[in-house]
Amino acid sequence: MLRIYCPYCESVRDEDEFHCVGEAHIKRPERPDELSDQAWGEYLHFRTNPRGEHREIWQHAVGCRQHFNVLRDTESYEIKSVYRINEEPPNVTDPDT
Amino acid sequence: MSQVRRLDQGGRIDRATPLEFTFNGTSYVGFKGDTLASALLANGVTEVGRSFKYYRPRGIVGAGVEEPNAIVQLELGETTTPIQRATEIELVDGLVAKSATTKDRLGLRRLGRLASSLMPVGFYYKTLIRPKALWEFGEKLLREAAGLGTLPVARDPAIYDKYHHHCEVLVVGAGAAGLSAALAAARHGSRVIVADEQAEFGGWLLSSSTLIDGGSSDVWIEEAVTSLQSHPNVVLLPRTTVFGLYDHMLVMACERLVGQHSSIHGLPRERLHQIRAKHVVLATGALERPLTFANNDLPGVMLPSALLTYLNRYAVAPGNDLVLATTNDQAYDAAFAWHDCGKKVAAICDSRSELQPTLMMRCEERSIKVLQEHTVTEARGRKRLDGVFVARLSSDKSSLIGKSHAIGCDLLATSSGWNPVIHLNAQTRAMARWDEDEVSFLLDSTSPNVVTAGAINGSRTLAACLREGVTAVRQLRSLSEHELDSPVPQVEETNPACADKIFKAPHRRSDSRAPKQFVDFQLDVTAADIQLAACEGYRTIEHVKRYTALGFGNDQGKLSNVNGIAVLADSLGKSMGEVGTTVFRPPYTPVTFGAMAGRSVGALFDAERHTPMHKWHVEHGAEWENVGQWKRPWYYPYGDESMHDAVNREVLAARSRVGVLDASTLGKIDVQGKDAAVFVDRVYSNMFANLRVGRCRYGLMLRDTGMIFDDGVTARIAEDHFLIHTTTGNAEVVLSWLELWHQTEWPDLDVRLTSVTDHWATAAVVGPKSRSVLRVLFPALELKEECFPFMSVQSAEIEGIEARIFRISFSGELSYEINVPAQYGLSLWEKIFEIGEPYGITPYGTETMHVLRAEKGFIIAGQDTDGSMTPADMDLAWCVRRNNDVDFVGRRSLALSDYQRSNRLQFVGLETRDPLTVLPEGAQLLNERSKTVPAPMQGYVTSSYFSATLGRSIALAMVSGGHRRLGESLQCALHNGRFIEVKIVSSTFYDADTAAQKVDESSDTNDVLPQVTSRVLSRTSYHETVEEANRDHESISCELWEDSRVVTLLGPSDSREQTSRSLDAVGTLPSEPCTWSSIDGVKVCWLGPNRWLTLERFGDDGTIDFDFGLSLPPDITFVDTTGNYTVFSLTGSSAKRLLQKSCSYDFHESVFSTNTCVLTTFARIQALVVSGENDGVELLVRRSYSDYAYRWIVDASREFGFAV
Repeated sequence: MLRIYCPYCESVRDEDEFHCVGEAHIKRPERPDELSDQAWGEYLHFRTNPRGEHREIWQHAVGCRQHFNVLRDTESYEIKSVYRINEEPPNVTDPDT
Repeated sequence: MSQVRRLDQGGRIDRATPLEFTFNGTSYVGFKGDTLASALLANGVTEVGRSFKYYRPRGIVGAGVEEPNAIVQLELGETTTPIQRATEIELVDGLVAKSATTKDRLGLRRLGRLASSLMPVGFYYKTLIRPKALWEFGEKLLREAAGLGTLPVARDPAIYDKYHHHCEVLVVGAGAAGLSAALAAARHGSRVIVADEQAEFGGWLLSSSTLIDGGSSDVWIEEAVTSLQSHPNVVLLPRTTVFGLYDHMLVMACERLVGQHSSIHGLPRERLHQIRAKHVVLATGALERPLTFANNDLPGVMLPSALLTYLNRYAVAPGNDLVLATTNDQAYDAAFAWHDCGKKVAAICDSRSELQPTLMMRCEERSIKVLQEHTVTEARGRKRLDGVFVARLSSDKSSLIGKSHAIGCDLLATSSGWNPVIHLNAQTRAMARWDEDEVSFLLDSTSPNVVTAGAINGSRTLAACLREGVTAVRQLRSLSEHELDSPVPQVEETNPACADKIFKAPHRRSDSRAPKQFVDFQLDVTAADIQLAACEGYRTIEHVKRYTALGFGNDQGKLSNVNGIAVLADSLGKSMGEVGTTVFRPPYTPVTFGAMAGRSVGALFDAERHTPMHKWHVEHGAEWENVGQWKRPWYYPYGDESMHDAVNREVLAARSRVGVLDASTLGKIDVQGKDAAVFVDRVYSNMFANLRVGRCRYGLMLRDTGMIFDDGVTARIAEDHFLIHTTTGNAEVVLSWLELWHQTEWPDLDVRLTSVTDHWATAAVVGPKSRSVLRVLFPALELKEECFPFMSVQSAEIEGIEARIFRISFSGELSYEINVPAQYGLSLWEKIFEIGEPYGITPYGTETMHVLRAEKGFIIAGQDTDGSMTPADMDLAWCVRRNNDVDFVGRRSLALSDYQRSNRLQFVGLETRDPLTVLPEGAQLLNERSKTVPAPMQGYVTSSYFSATLGRSIALAMVSGGHRRLGESLQCALHNGRFIEVKIVSSTFYDADTAAQKVDESSDTNDVLPQVTSRVLSRTSYHETVEEANRDHESISCELWEDSRVVTLLGPSDSREQTSRSLDAVGTLPSEPCTWSSIDGVKVCWLGPNRWLTLERFGDDGTIDFDFGLSLPPDITFVDTTGNYTVFSLTGSSAKRLLQKSCSYDFHESVFSTNTCVLTTFARIQALVVSGENDGVELLVRRSYSDYAYRWIVDASREFGFAV
């Protein structure tokens, strides 16, 4: 089980208080009409699914109901950073490598 | 005295308390403090079971978790418990157990040695492979023969409990190293938990006789425990096995409580501890490893460490003449102790060429014969050991020199070294490394925040263990800033000399010819089996494990794995390190399903949601349908009426007179803020900006893929205030979905979303006579078509209570959905029935609701749609706005080329030729009666019912290009290979011109309204009765605040700086997360950025004098959410313990202070926990969960004593 820091409640809670929404920083295209079917389809369906560092949106569903970003290592499950939606992704590199 | 093997003195047993027990049908007596194993040995029982594959007699080998043979069935009868280790079972009076030996179905006992020589590794795989049918026959026999013990057949009457913990330092193992670490951490003031699997703390010290600080180790243990107990932040958990170390430092441990085999006085039998530790000190020690040699499984062969434990701790001498075979110094202690209690040591065989002079001196003092460079090659005896063969080892220790000779003995203790218990850390993928000097696998690295101390590091002296305990705590990063001046106790001892690296004694014959040399006792894996596996091409230990079953037993190879790795390494010509270990996985020892389930069984299996009218439904015999966690009435049978008849009756009542549906479960989301209209416009495919205040509109919510996700009616309550209805099952998902869009894509919109699902109780009054009921219920309400048209909402008062009435219809009939705050729901419901009685008012359930809507062709999102249907597919293109001024969610996708295909599955109706045949839902549709595979699929049935209104069956379906195929015939394929011919028709079966939902004012004058005795609406909350209240020694009391008001305050979205807001003249809304402040006697709780909840109780006069509407700043709005919540006030000395059982949140005073309020999970549901007076709390749960939450509170409080 993950233990996740909620940047709004400012405390660490169990994973079951949260929903994982999916990959973060996928901005909805501003003018969808100008996109080809293929480009729109890539926005809708294509995700990176990396091994290693992955930026995700989580919602503190049981708590403050806020969405925020989590930088999580999909291999070790280590959570390297938690930051708010409007914040820039931090530059985190694996301290072990 | 029957305990023939019990020594006259010594041991940690209570000789004044004899305990009777029964093993394999024979009665014995042991003492308090015994384990079942020590009591059996004391009574001279040598054979404790038969082996798994060869049915050989087996005796007790170990004294703890490592024991592979003494596996017993505990408590016979219906609630028997299988797979219990006799070495871990504390003896209690009246204990009944038997060997968990398998049935000898294959007749191995009769075949004896012949069978065993004919059954090499992989015997069953190899023998039963051809013909194929043979396996099916053989498997049945094997299933009978395999497995240990019997499963219970009755429901387990025991209680299982769970606790959540948070600590800075968790010490696993309370031996010398663990206690030393715990003392150091406790002195520092940390929150410490110490867990040990044994009933007593002390670990190996309990078995040894070493002195600490010049005194007995007992004294040191006692002082350590007393000192730990005196620290308020230290929790001691004896009888608690830490079995898993998981990600993010979640540690799982299982505690066995008193009696262990039965529940006493409402106390749980086991407690699962979920520990969130900042740091873990692993002081898990080491387990001794036996030597492998021929016939090493005879009863009478055991580990020296176990022997020492039985001697010193239990005062049991399980034999007379001892031979010790060892490769190291530590095992000598057993021989010395054996001699010192007056028994004979026949010989010590030490494989090493050089021995420590001090050790030799101690042997000489006792006249013990030491055979240097000797080992035991074979044990002798039929049912138990009666002698051993010993022989000299060659200088490289791989073969024998000279003749072997026999030594008579009835006890043999063998040791090939120690296996550090690295399991827990290895579970987190830390690697194990082979250490040639220590002759064991050690941890290569530990996870961050995990440190090790003592024998787990390979440390072999007590002094080192005590020292490492202190240094381990010093290593912990967060503590190192502080001075740790814990004294290390002094011990006098000699350092042990190097051990030999021998795992298996050589034999004169080849291993395949020699008598069996068992590596794994539990699954009868021999050295020859592993060698054969290597010969057959198995190269990795993981494959060999699976082929031979090495380490597969419920002991998980605690004794056998390293010896097995050694045999494989030898066969492959590799080093131990190259072969490596198998992957360590939790649990360390078996955990019962009961402990995993905790109290979530039976009535608490899953959280249940009840509507405010639940009690009425129960009393009126409703059958239930589960919709998500909701319990919804499915239909209400009269007497022994069938479901078919009941539904037909309910349908006709709604169509011809008046029916009532409890629609409280529908999801309701309150949308406020000055951009509310813009927001609603973007999340629905319809246009909402032009919706007039007081009107309603059916809307489709799409995913951005353009697929229908949810639907429902949205009402505009005010210019900047909407109420969204969602489907019952989707309410939570839709709210999260809206919040996601608001918070990520459109944070600039001023929108405030609040779930008010639980706040409103909804009664849908449906049918031609519904209007008459409304006229009596709301005499002041104008019900004329022009005043209260279809698709509009009105507010009305009923006895001073605000009600909202929607004129909307999911049935096609004239229908009013009356909403009142949930606390008045039951009362309203009863009143409706009182009024409607002259009209034959009939309650109807979800099945009738489905039939009514299907007759009209209304879809149910999630039943008729599955996330792959566009509005056009469902014939709902009219719900999609034509102009492109708003880029609503899903709009771009609707233009995708694939969505324009003419052969997409489209929503249609189906009629069968025979009007009484009801199609099965999910059935596939074909063009013709074809049995070719794969058949070209034309679609499938999504909904199917018998329509009483039409007197025939109706079905809804998705059909390829269906909208243009009305009138065509299809074949519906049944599971039994038959077909039913169906005709494609319009999905609207009934009242296509919507005449039924119109108001018929002509009959008003003829309508004689019933007289109703005035009944005041009353508040009701939960319905459970308090049967289990235990008032004898209550330490928890639970009060229900029925007289409270709960209001949610909403600010404009986000930005921390804005959140500090002052309420005119009364105070400031709390801006600090998870805190509450008191404003004019009202508790105002922080729920999230710009969201607060006020909690107040009515005054003595039953009113609340504080009016939020007047004193709020202009940008703060509010929603009455009184009906949303049930407030429990929990007080008493054990209230916090109740929370600890129910919430993963940390309620320690350092975290949960006097002004904390926290939204977290309670009993797996969302709850707001607000700190209250005298260490109590107010617990707010969603009203629909209050029956469930109350049941949970009563159940979890049982052991404390409970009052309401």
